[in-house]
Amino acid sequence: MTLDLSTASAPDSRADPADVLVKARGLKKHFPVRKGIFKRQVATLQAVDGVDLDIFRGETLGLVGESGCGKSTLGRTLLRILEPTEGEIEFDGIDVNRLGARGLKAQRKHMQIVFQDSVGSLDPRMKVKDLVGEGLAIHGIERKRRNHLVLETLERVGLSAESAERYPHMFSGGQRQRIGLARALVLRPKFIVADEPVSALDVSIQSQVLNLLVELKREFNLTYLFVAHDLAVVGYISDRIAVMYLGKIVELATSDDLFARPLHPYTQALLSANPEPIPGRKHQRIVLRGDVPSPIDPPSGCRFRTRCPIAQPICAEVEPLLEDHGRSHGAACHFAGTKIPETPSVLA
Amino acid sequence: MSENGSSSELLRVESLSTWFDTQKGVLRAVDGVDFEIAQGGTLAVVGESGSGKSVTALSVMRLVERPGRIHPASHIWFEGRDLARLGERELGKVRGNDIAMIFQEPMTSLNPVFTVGEQIAEAVRLHQRLGRKDALGRAVEMMRLVGIPSAERRVKDYPHQLSGGMRQRAMIAMALSSDPKLLIADEPTTALDVTVQAQILELMKELRERLGMAILLITHDLGVVAEMVDEVAVMYAGRIVERGPVSEIFSSPQHPYTEALLDSIPLLGMRYSKPLKAIRGVVPNPLDWPPGCRFAPRCDYFFDKCVAYDPPLLSVPPQESACWLCEDGRRIPRTDQVLA
Repeated sequence: MTLDLSTASAPDSRADPADVLVKARGLKKHFPVRKGIFKRQVATLQAVDGVDLDIFRGETLGLVGESGCGKSTLGRTLLRILEPTEGEIEFDGIDVNRLGARGLKAQRKHMQIVFQDSVGSLDPRMKVKDLVGEGLAIHGIERKRRNHLVLETLERVGLSAESAERYPHMFSGGQRQRIGLARALVLRPKFIVADEPVSALDVSIQSQVLNLLVELKREFNLTYLFVAHDLAVVGYISDRIAVMYLGKIVELATSDDLFARPLHPYTQALLSANPEPIPGRKHQRIVLRGDVPSPIDPPSGCRFRTRCPIAQPICAEVEPLLEDHGRSHGAACHFAGTKIPETPSVLA
Repeated sequence: MSENGSSSELLRVESLSTWFDTQKGVLRAVDGVDFEIAQGGTLAVVGESGSGKSVTALSVMRLVERPGRIHPASHIWFEGRDLARLGERELGKVRGNDIAMIFQEPMTSLNPVFTVGEQIAEAVRLHQRLGRKDALGRAVEMMRLVGIPSAERRVKDYPHQLSGGMRQRAMIAMALSSDPKLLIADEPTTALDVTVQAQILELMKELRERLGMAILLITHDLGVVAEMVDEVAVMYAGRIVERGPVSEIFSSPQHPYTEALLDSIPLLGMRYSKPLKAIRGVVPNPLDWPPGCRFAPRCDYFFDKCVAYDPPLLSVPPQESACWLCEDGRRIPRTDQVLA
């Protein structure tokens, strides 16, 4: 792994660990699995299963993991787009869980979400100005002020005033993501959950959108939860990173510290598996066996143990908790810090 | 590319053009592409969406369907025979025999109503005179070869019972059952999670070493290119803009598009305090490619000649670059992060 330490130490984060904007404690989101004509519940899918998390005001917290790890569900549950099964959520000192419909609506102004293709999932017959202004209309902003805010925001995300009168299908993937950003930004929120915002984009367009996200955060004093599967992208944009596996956070540290000393075996494997466009990287690496187990019936003890190269009997019995290993670097592993050997061969 | 010179050439594609007749006009998806692969060699065709990389792969297999057509001036030389001129029957013998192909989503290539074992056995029987039972035994062997655990049991599974990674393994087993000389892999790991992608990439590398087949990899992921192959051809707007050894092209790209592409990718450890390189604008419309160099409208270095004349692939050993800046030899090497 190549670490450029000169640029790695310089992020201009304004985050203050004492100033927590979003706080989650014991957060769980379970989905019932139903079967048969009576839709009887036969099992429970534990998408998010006991997450404690603080997001500091002004920081970008990256949430990384593979499909099915619960990262998107966690993002949505924090905003109460999905109702939590259990646990507490505090936003800017307000207990979000206790809010009724009206209180939640008022709170939504401050917390927005951008999806992989936010605009593609919206009404294709609506013009861009109506898509972007929809939130303003819901919050009762009158038309003239609305149009002004919409045009101002479109310009800020790099779209012309003419685009306001056009329809979403007339735009490329990168431009559509700009529209999605404008839609979130127009309400001047404090917090944005960006859920795989650049995953569907070509790399040359991806960098445009990442740069824009960084600029907007500075300009509007935003706090981001950046959810993605690409470790290099998450590492680039985030001040801190939480690594998720099967509904739990297994490691949490500053981006620099996570890359410099990954403590959890899963994080080490993720870093090792990340393909980088650097010649000569054709070396042996840590290759995990098997696939991610089902979140319907997760392994006992440590959920990673079935794929872990250094698992011991204790891992099946005692669930490791996220413990601090210095410099606010948390890892949930009985053997945190053990260096994982490279895999000699994947063939039997 | 090859250590033994041109004698070991396996595939040579010359002036390949694949056009699609649409209501809006002729869409020139692939527009004059040349490359070659030595026996046992590895080449990646890399590009962003719309670059023509997947159509290139389909064209080599002659799998382009109407309204697409391979231009009559194209040649696809495979072991001395021009696949572009082969009849359907002869072609069938080459396809799935000497050349096999795997795709991004194995679910679309596997038949949902037959077990995985039956399908691999069927592929085996197409190439070898074996009875049903022996073919099934061979299928189990193939599944073991590609690292499917408890293959004896898995052979009776239907495709939907396998995970994404296991399905991709099953498809590789099917592709390899004929002992092909060339494996075309079109975005083989794009739909997979990164830890499963690592498994499949390692598997393909080890199988290639063991079986000695050549690989033509189609991908958008420059990271996968660096880990998988020795040679790379970078496609942009239906053309190859740069080609040569991966090590050289990634450390000292000669085409401004390759350079910008490499600089736009965040590497592990890079931070937001330093903006990423952004390529302005978007890929041009394939119904109406811009005149001259097709990258000129987005290029940081363009000058008059770029818009007036279309640059051919110019030799800047050990690579070739279709950029007028390379007319007088190599450009100044980059100094930034990729070299670190």
